[in-house]
Amino acid sequence: MSTLRATQGALAVAAAAAIVVGLGTGLSPASAKEKVTVGFIGPLSGGTSSNGLGGRNAADLAVQLRNADPDAKYEYELLVQDDECKPNIGVQAATKYGANKDVIAATTHYCSAVAISTVDVYHKFGLPIIVWGAVLPDITYGNDYKEVHRVNGTMINQNATAAEFMTGLGYKTWAIIHDTTDYGKGHNKYFSENLAKNGGEILGTFGVTADQQDFSAELTKIKALNPEVLYFGGLTPIGVRIRAQMEKLGLDAQFEGTSGIVSDTFIEGTGDLAEGVLAFREGAPTEKLPGGQFFLEQYAKQGYSEPPEAYGAFAFTAMNLILDTIEAVGPDRKKVRDALNNVSGANAADSITGKVDFDDHGQNTIAVITKYVIQDGEWTIWEESEYAAGKRKLKGM
Amino acid sequence: MDVGLVGQHLMNGLMLGMMYALVAVGFTLFFGVMDIINFAHGDVLMVGAFVGLATYLGLTFVGIENPWVLLLAMIAFATCTVAALGALIARFLVLPLKNAPPLNTLLITLMLGTALHEGVRLFYPRGANPQHFPSLLPSTDYAFGNFTLRVDSVMLLVAGMAAIVGLHLLINRTKLGLAIRAVAQDEDTAKTMGINFTLIVLVTFAIGSALAAFAGILHGLYYSEINFAMGLLLGVIGFSAAIVGGLGNIYGAIIGGFLFAGLQTISVVALPFASAYKDVFAFGVVILIMAWRPTGLIREKVSERV
Repeated sequence: MSTLRATQGALAVAAAAAIVVGLGTGLSPASAKEKVTVGFIGPLSGGTSSNGLGGRNAADLAVQLRNADPDAKYEYELLVQDDECKPNIGVQAATKYGANKDVIAATTHYCSAVAISTVDVYHKFGLPIIVWGAVLPDITYGNDYKEVHRVNGTMINQNATAAEFMTGLGYKTWAIIHDTTDYGKGHNKYFSENLAKNGGEILGTFGVTADQQDFSAELTKIKALNPEVLYFGGLTPIGVRIRAQMEKLGLDAQFEGTSGIVSDTFIEGTGDLAEGVLAFREGAPTEKLPGGQFFLEQYAKQGYSEPPEAYGAFAFTAMNLILDTIEAVGPDRKKVRDALNNVSGANAADSITGKVDFDDHGQNTIAVITKYVIQDGEWTIWEESEYAAGKRKLKGM
Repeated sequence: MDVGLVGQHLMNGLMLGMMYALVAVGFTLFFGVMDIINFAHGDVLMVGAFVGLATYLGLTFVGIENPWVLLLAMIAFATCTVAALGALIARFLVLPLKNAPPLNTLLITLMLGTALHEGVRLFYPRGANPQHFPSLLPSTDYAFGNFTLRVDSVMLLVAGMAAIVGLHLLINRTKLGLAIRAVAQDEDTAKTMGINFTLIVLVTFAIGSALAAFAGILHGLYYSEINFAMGLLLGVIGFSAAIVGGLGNIYGAIIGGFLFAGLQTISVVALPFASAYKDVFAFGVVILIMAWRPTGLIREKVSERV
């Protein structure tokens, strides 16, 4: 009862404020622009804080640039909160913005576990948000919330690119090994779906535990199936074991991994066997993005003490998209929400990370995915590799 | 299924069984002389593998490149170091608790195992990551259809068998072996016959641990990779293999090791469910065997322990 009353009270105050502001602007057109508040949430302390601080700076940069723009209709104020990469803290932060009717929209969360636990809050309060870092598919696909959007890719986009790219190279048959955690199962699911769409054939799928040492039985079975490619959905430690044991059994298939193996540890663990291994990862090195140079220059000009990190450009894109939308439809949560849901197809937006085209779950479908191949002991961007140039050949090519 | 594949699975199963048997034999040796379960055994194996790798890195750093010299040096240094570690464990953790409840020894070795693998994780350079283990054996292979026979795998198998045969001869044909058997059979009588009980216990732990170090190096050479957590599951499997075979009986341990590897391989090859359940299947069968023969497949003959 008291909550209801409080809400009603808040609504009344907000309505009164709107009228006053409206009158104010109506009476004196030459006065300062109307103030609009937007929010940012990310991990500003703890183990992933370097990413969080980079994201905050990038969102701040978007606001600063907009405020410096004489054509902007509103003056923006950025509120910032720390979710510490902890779901319970994230929910508190989300509730704070949700209950604060001044906050029109927000750019939120780097950690998947936090983002997935806050989507209900945003829906309940009708606060439109754009996720700038978390990659778990369920954040957008596990619900029908119109308030939730995401500019960066998910493991779905990663696997869509992987399937399209590999079939494009001419590979036809696959065997899959994935670990049986949600991460590995997700990769298996989305890769299999996308491979079917692209006409690839899966000869066998093997779920393995994440601490398994010996894969000789699985690999011998796979050898009998004779696939052209072995797809591995999981993390570096067992990826290293599988790559090494393939060699022992004379299994001569192309090895293809996910973002879970894109680390120097994989190369150190596999030694010479790393050469020619492929993997796919969300996002691109910032300088390679369509507007990467512009973003980095502006970021440098503002003199932030922390680097933007890998996902800073996504935070910038998310905040910029929110500001564009508010400019277009005015500072109203519902209108902003609907306008964001309309950013698709012909209405797809341009951004420094490329086109933003939301599907009906609010997920950007043109997310940038980078293709990597290991060349001479280094993760090399496919387009820049000697494999793409035709100087070296992948297995079976 | 074609003959080549059957051969390949058989070879895989044999290699895996050899690893398990070498670990299980250690469990059985310790149980034989001291009636204790040394749960740090799997992690001792891991330490052996890391000492071997460190030896290799050290020797290549000073310019030694002959693979045979490197291999022998690795085995020698790792087995000696880990034998000493085994003796230290016996001297400072096991013997002082001789008259304490067996649970205390079990707990203390369990904690030691944790300390060992956490130690490697924290203090070995980049110890949390998988480490590439060098291939020092000839990598020639012969393909017979779907069967790839690698010379190095055969050599590892032979080396493992040689270690087991060596242990058998040591226990049954030497004076030291006689003393170990005497202690295993009856501690007090052995003491009155003039056998140095403490020394025999230390030597037994040294032998069992050296065997684990040897298995660790075989493991590294076979899989080309070692990591700080490799001993955990190996310890549990080695222990189960020892129990299934009949704890206290070396031949039982060997049979148990190969049986466990066979069950794991069969579950992946022949059963329709995901290979993620292979441990569930293997341990399930072990539980059934335990219900059927509580003292193990080879029943423990008190007079012939070890």
